[in-house]
Amino acid sequence: MTLLPEAAPDPSCYSSVVNDWICVDYFRDRSDDLTTATAQHLSITISAVLLGLVLAIPLAVLARRSQRLEGWVLGLSTGLYTIPSLALFPLLVPFTGITATTVIVGLALYSLTILVRNTLAGLRAVPAEVRESAVGNGYGPTRLLLKIELPLALPVVMAGLRVATVSTVALTTVGTLVAYGGLGNLLADGVKNSFKAEIFAASLLCVLLALVLDVLLVVVQRVLTPWARAR
Amino acid sequence: MIGDAFGYLLDGANWSGTGGMLAQLSQQLLLTVTALGLACVIGLPVALWLGHLGRGGFLAVNVSNVGRAVPTYAVLVLLSVGPLGAEEFGPFGRAGLATLIALVLFALPPIITNAYVGIREVDKDIVEASMGMGMRGREVFRRVELPLAMPVIVTGVRLALVQVWATATIAALVAGPGLGNVIVAGFFNGNYGKGLAGAIVVAVMALVLEGGAALAERWSDPVGRSKRSRKVTVSSQPDEVREATADQLVR
Repeated sequence: MTLLPEAAPDPSCYSSVVNDWICVDYFRDRSDDLTTATAQHLSITISAVLLGLVLAIPLAVLARRSQRLEGWVLGLSTGLYTIPSLALFPLLVPFTGITATTVIVGLALYSLTILVRNTLAGLRAVPAEVRESAVGNGYGPTRLLLKIELPLALPVVMAGLRVATVSTVALTTVGTLVAYGGLGNLLADGVKNSFKAEIFAASLLCVLLALVLDVLLVVVQRVLTPWARAR
Repeated sequence: MIGDAFGYLLDGANWSGTGGMLAQLSQQLLLTVTALGLACVIGLPVALWLGHLGRGGFLAVNVSNVGRAVPTYAVLVLLSVGPLGAEEFGPFGRAGLATLIALVLFALPPIITNAYVGIREVDKDIVEASMGMGMRGREVFRRVELPLAMPVIVTGVRLALVQVWATATIAALVAGPGLGNVIVAGFFNGNYGKGLAGAIVVAVMALVLEGGAALAERWSDPVGRSKRSRKVTVSSQPDEVREATADQLVR
């Protein structure tokens, strides 16, 4: 029996000998890793939600215009959500390759489910009288949409945006399949090496990121819709 | 790459055997059904009872919001590296127990929220009418609230099914069982055709499950069903209740 020479008098709490779940030293010593992963996570999430929003608004407007398109748009965006993320990313790889784009496009497609639905609900909730008086005041269809309908739909759209953002933060982790998972990459590394501090830190940051973005969106909504605050 | 994928799918050898896709598929189905069943057994009675009493709404509704913010993958990793992961667990293999627990956890929020909301949203006039006719609380629940809430409850179970199937696929990232293994093995070894083939099978199966669940949902709606077939099947309900239901739908 050989006694291992002690490497350090006091092994750090994230060394493989101790392997604590919660380890403050880890946050300090590996802050570079954590910052890089969080930054990637954030950029993927934001790009995906923005892309989703850019796609969702025209789709919802189209669905609002035609009954037949509405069935197609809603059916397609809901059907996409059925496909597990671990399967959707591979299905996109032939088109976008092993890049961050694959993850962004996949997550944007998922966010469509909630964004299209909410934008449509918001547009529907615009009272017919308001629309008629706008038309009576000489608003054309484009100006009506941009100046009247979309602003009034904003609270419902923002509610959808919050849900979509929070779930996108959570789903981004699966992007580690194509090596672009933000904090998910740390999770994958942690499970490979049974590195508990890394797993805990990545999970915690993920939930925190979702909370922070959610709060931020609430603030944005309050700024954008001052009239809703009066009530 | 797409050609490789179909080549992989068409080769019978990839489907048979212990690690074959057929075995993985049946394992994942077994896991999905078990988890969904467990989640229903755990979640439904509590949520239905709370809905009937009209209490605990804050919890029942917010459980979904919290569930959304917590990444499935992180929970799987936490559970599998934790004390549960390395065990052999019956037909589910290594990391099976961790996977099963994660699946049940992720099936619970939609089941609980929808069951609670479904019962709460039954028209109060109908509930009052049935109590006025002398039904007791338990009878009101069984013969009025439950049938009328059924479509919403079943929608919750359907959402849970989609969620469980997706999570069971992700389980492969922590060496859990299921078709996700084909995808992960393909991708991490640079065999993209294989990964794509696995993804196609998972996606098709997801759509099949969703379609089946949608049919079950249609069938579960007592009002819609009695409308479709003129042979009225809700005869166990008093006439007043049935009329009130139709009225509620029109509104």
